[in-house]
Amino acid sequence: MFKRKDKKPPKATYREVWAKGGLASKLSFFLMGVSSLKNRQWVRGIAYLAVEIGFIVWLAFTGVSALSLLTTLGAIKKKQVVFDKAEGVYITKLPDNSVTILLFGVLAVLLIVAMVFLYVTNLRATKSLYIANRDGEHVESNMEQLKSLFDTRLHTTLMTIPIIGILAFTVLPTLYMISMAFTNYDAKHSIGFSWTGFQAFGNVLTGDLAGTFFPVLGWTLVWAVCATATTFFFGVLLAMLIESKGIKFKGVWRTIFVIVYAVPQFVSLLMMAQFLDLQGPLNNILLNWGWIAHPINFIGASASPLVARITVIVVNMWIGIPVSMLISTAIIQNLPQDQIEAAKIDGANALQVFRSITFPQILFVMAPSLIQQFIGNINNFNVIFLLTGGQPMNNNYVGAGDTDLLVTWLYNLVFGQTQRYNASAVLGILIFILSAVFSLFAYRRTNAFKEG
Amino acid sequence: MKSYKAQRRLSLVFRYLLLTLLAVVWLVPIVWIVLASFSYNDTGFVSTFWPEQFTIQNYIGIFTSSQFPFLYWLRNTFVVAVISMVLSTFVTISVAYALSRLRFRFRKPFLQIALVLGMFPGFMSMIALYYILKSFNMLNLGGLILVYVGGAGLGFYIAKGFFDTIPRSMDEAAIIDGATRWQVFIHIGLPMSRPMIVYTALMAFIGPWIDFIFSGIILSSSGNPKTYTIAYGLYNMLHSTKGSSTTYFTQFIAGCVVIAIPITILFVVMQKFYVNGITAGADKG
Repeated sequence: MFKRKDKKPPKATYREVWAKGGLASKLSFFLMGVSSLKNRQWVRGIAYLAVEIGFIVWLAFTGVSALSLLTTLGAIKKKQVVFDKAEGVYITKLPDNSVTILLFGVLAVLLIVAMVFLYVTNLRATKSLYIANRDGEHVESNMEQLKSLFDTRLHTTLMTIPIIGILAFTVLPTLYMISMAFTNYDAKHSIGFSWTGFQAFGNVLTGDLAGTFFPVLGWTLVWAVCATATTFFFGVLLAMLIESKGIKFKGVWRTIFVIVYAVPQFVSLLMMAQFLDLQGPLNNILLNWGWIAHPINFIGASASPLVARITVIVVNMWIGIPVSMLISTAIIQNLPQDQIEAAKIDGANALQVFRSITFPQILFVMAPSLIQQFIGNINNFNVIFLLTGGQPMNNNYVGAGDTDLLVTWLYNLVFGQTQRYNASAVLGILIFILSAVFSLFAYRRTNAFKEG
Repeated sequence: MKSYKAQRRLSLVFRYLLLTLLAVVWLVPIVWIVLASFSYNDTGFVSTFWPEQFTIQNYIGIFTSSQFPFLYWLRNTFVVAVISMVLSTFVTISVAYALSRLRFRFRKPFLQIALVLGMFPGFMSMIALYYILKSFNMLNLGGLILVYVGGAGLGFYIAKGFFDTIPRSMDEAAIIDGATRWQVFIHIGLPMSRPMIVYTALMAFIGPWIDFIFSGIILSSSGNPKTYTIAYGLYNMLHSTKGSSTTYFTQFIAGCVVIAIPITILFVVMQKFYVNGITAGADKG
């Protein structure tokens, strides 16, 4: 961010610290915190030393074995009966639990990386102590250091606990799942599995899952485009309708629409599924009014794929337009009026003003957040899962239906009948790549806006 | 002039009509949910818009059911929501404040890493979280709280956007006057961001009430309905009773209405913050 343009040479290199530093400085390269202790920074020194001792003890007792098991994910892959010569009996050997081995292996790698990070901060502290002593500068006392945690080092205090939380509950699971994509963890290898490189990627992209992956990917993109475009376009229209001259109680109108969005989705969408059921109220009403002769199968197991897909997009409009309306309202209220006035004086009608001025302006302001919504729709689990559950099922697909998106398919691969855990991890990575590409595009656009 | 006025009036009437029509379309399903919760029905699904028979038995039933311990769910969810609200707010505000107001070496990399982590679908980590919690014997409400709080560190965007709008000159003035950064945080940063803290806290509070996925994965293995949270309990109730000839389905709807009302009100009240959050979210800063 604030990188110095004129790079000053460092005050001391680590080589110099090592060559000219005292015994404590030298020792600090092996025993973290020694030079802090020598300079009477007790808390920091003891903390470093304790962490290092704890790390070494952990490494000796479980770390090394966790890491070595990680290379094979356990030697015994299948349940087997072997003859134990010493005892003279046959014994059953259960397969090694690769899931746990992989988990603790990844955890071990993470801990080692964290340790390396701490080691570097230790070296940095050693160097700055060396410089302070060499140049006769003030050396921070123990108390000053503790106090700085609430002043110049406040970020350490504020960020430590959150970072531990993120490491444990986001980074560790993500790394774990990424590594799972390179194994053969599936229904056939549900306990003992092994590393298979890019085989699972091959299965998804060219193997038996390709026939599902590409159609589902296609529908996911179609869905994301349709869902984003419809909610945006009609959201803008609705916002303009409410904001137009003469309409009273604008806030009340807005609230009516927002209510739909505010109801928890597992309530509104599950009930919507019931509402649209073959025997549900909507079909009943339409039959009573005589608008249809037979009930329409909107989203059931035997619905036609096209009808089901259109239905989910329409239901998504029901949920999504209110949000989009709220955002566009905020934008419309801040639009410069002079252009519109000028156009009106020149004789433009409302439609022309909308098409040539208002809409482009809103599109311009909202472009970055539209791309975010697009990514959000690629990952829109709730609407599909709660409304259709992926149905109607498609016999040509593996564990997916016609309305399934990549994320709901990912979910099915893990929690459904097929149990293709490695394939689900591959899907996760592919979704990540998809999102990353679009985000990159979004942020480039954002920056372009800022500069332009 | 007269025709112009008439035209204006016609346009206004037309717009009111359109708006009313849209509002009706939007609200019909919601009204139906409420109506269905008052309908007497033992077929396992509700097929009419207007109930054939009104009853409040569904509400009595859901609160007294022994098979579906609604009161336990309420209690569990409340406990989880309160604890996770306190801890998550602390975590989120700390991270957002540090990233917005303090400058440190790890700031930029942290923002970039958070951005990358956010692009992985959340479901991907679910199986992993399941095994992590399982290996530490944490497949219970405590584990659920940890998951919510652990994820809070990455939900800093809205709060950070808020802190970014508070002028830094006050901080600088206070520091020149000899205040420590902690004092600035406590005496300037926090008081000025009170609405943001309320918003973060309420969002963290609502989370457990509407999350049926994580809670389902973490709590389902116990098989004991008394340990469920409300969202998963209701979701599970629907799946085990849909289509069966009982009154459970309408009881499920009653249960949904009971928890949907407060959440809906909270959301409607906080819509302004929500909009600010979305529009600010596009700006990664």
